[in-house]
Amino acid sequence: MLSYVVRRLLYSVVVLVAASFLVFTFVSVSGDPLAQLRITPNVSEQSKQNVIDRKHLDEPIPVRYWYWVKDAVMNQFGTTLLGDRPILPDLWRVMKNTLQLVLVAELLAVLIAVGIGVYSALRQYSVFDYAATTVSFLGLATPLFWLALMLQVLVVQIYEQTGHRIFPIASLNSVDAGSGIHFVLDRAHHLVLPVVVLMVASVASYSRYMRASMLEVINSDYVRTARAKGLPERRVTMKHAFRNALLPLVTLVALNFGTLLGGVIVTETVFSLDGMGLYFYNALLANDPYPVMAWLMVTATMIIVFNLIADIAYGYLDPRVRYD
Amino acid sequence: MGSLDLALVYETGVDVKARSQWAYVRMRFFRHRLAVASLVVLLVIGLVGLFAPQVAPYGYDDIRLEDATRSPTLEGWHLFGTDQLGRDYLSRVVFGIRTSLWVAVFVALVSTALGTTVGALAGYYGGRVDNLLMRFTDLILTLPGLAVLLTASVFFGSGDPLKIGVILALLFWTAVARIVRGLFLSLREKEFVEAAKAAGASDLRIIVRHMLPNCVGPIIVNTTLVVAAAILVEAALSFLGFGIQPPNAALGKLISEGQSEGFELWWLVTFPGLVIVVIALCINFVGDGLRDAFDPTQRRVRA
Repeated sequence: MLSYVVRRLLYSVVVLVAASFLVFTFVSVSGDPLAQLRITPNVSEQSKQNVIDRKHLDEPIPVRYWYWVKDAVMNQFGTTLLGDRPILPDLWRVMKNTLQLVLVAELLAVLIAVGIGVYSALRQYSVFDYAATTVSFLGLATPLFWLALMLQVLVVQIYEQTGHRIFPIASLNSVDAGSGIHFVLDRAHHLVLPVVVLMVASVASYSRYMRASMLEVINSDYVRTARAKGLPERRVTMKHAFRNALLPLVTLVALNFGTLLGGVIVTETVFSLDGMGLYFYNALLANDPYPVMAWLMVTATMIIVFNLIADIAYGYLDPRVRYD
Repeated sequence: MGSLDLALVYETGVDVKARSQWAYVRMRFFRHRLAVASLVVLLVIGLVGLFAPQVAPYGYDDIRLEDATRSPTLEGWHLFGTDQLGRDYLSRVVFGIRTSLWVAVFVALVSTALGTTVGALAGYYGGRVDNLLMRFTDLILTLPGLAVLLTASVFFGSGDPLKIGVILALLFWTAVARIVRGLFLSLREKEFVEAAKAAGASDLRIIVRHMLPNCVGPIIVNTTLVVAAAILVEAALSFLGFGIQPPNAALGKLISEGQSEGFELWWLVTFPGLVIVVIALCINFVGDGLRDAFDPTQRRVRA
């Protein structure tokens, strides 16, 4: 087990290095990082030269990559292109905010999806089942950014009709959020719409998966055996079927993390939340390769860790799985 | 069959007609009513996109200030309303469908061709090709997809639909490759492949004539699903401003332009998005119908 984890981690480091080199090359080959600076008026040649010197922009790409790696490892990802902001403190701040959003959304999504999936499977082909199927198909076909916009449109329309602002449609907190419990409540109020948006895609795919997995288990031999020996139906579905049907969901939720980040980028941009997604979006707008690289490395590491956790958890939950 | 029918059969003889695999697939698909209805809707939308200049009541960029900020109305065919410059959003959406569908189909075809080739080679020869493919897939799976696409189109794209299509295809091909590889790994061991080998068929002939036809079902199903995914992703890219740029029309871009005009003009945001939902939904239904048609044993609802 330990050797398995160590081997996986070593392999992951290799993958990370390869990925970072690929992305770095790609980002450096295309486009001129100084383009924005060049069109800004009143920038002296000296300050342009300073940027070039600091980031070694006149060196060949492998050398620049090496400087970047050194900066990333020894110097916490270094600074932005213009050198005015260290990257890591900003990243920590936005990660904390995004974590709140994602944690709440995923927790609710899993709970709701498990409920819907199990009930659909137990009442296969019922009205509820068909309704759940239709809604989840709709959820999978809806672009998240559009859903976010529609919620904003709705809130604005309600405000215009009734004069009530039922939910804030932008930022993480009000200007006068207060402190203590008031701050928490204010934050929660601001997070309602983003959480709903992020949940939709997750609930749609998790509930389909849960339904399929539950159906498979319900029709298996050991569930029939449990019934045959006269166990009460409740015990059969909850203890024998449900617990086993939950297993595949563990993997799915962990593997979904990359997709979830896509949703985070879109949602935070629409609601202008100071999180990872908006940070990434702004870095792209500024055409700055350094925060983009740092962001990609951090998220790639998280994805690797999540996959590893999923594998280990699966082995722990399902004794049939062996690591070799 | 009742006894009466039997008597009839004795008199006229049974007309046995061999049905091809495709006939069965067609039959099963057309029995799937939702899938057929979705296909019809898709065809209509596709034709509208194809003949956009003929169908649209106004031009894509026709500015008519006297018609500014109209809410959806039958009058003058402004079914989707107009923006502050009086541009008709129905016409803009029609042109947007044209670009968005074109990009999505392009992505699906290119990524399928690329993925099938790589997957077939990896599955058939194994060894180094296979290793390289799987390692590359690991690499792609490690990075968050949308982020990579955004990075690619910022540092490499220029708002040109073709470039966006190429970027998307380069990310989407690995899924097909893995599917085909898996199928080839098991097909490789089948007797008919061995027989073909014994008969002296070349590798290329075995791959193209004997093995690929057995993978057509999963490949086609995956291709349809890629079309849906590509539409959604391209819309997100264009919405964020890193995808297709004016003067090219795109549904995602229309939504972001609508957003910038304020939420009082709700129709500018609503209708382009609704069209995306309808397209993606229909493609998914068609994909589901195709999956059932190609593989009735695996009648499972999509996970």
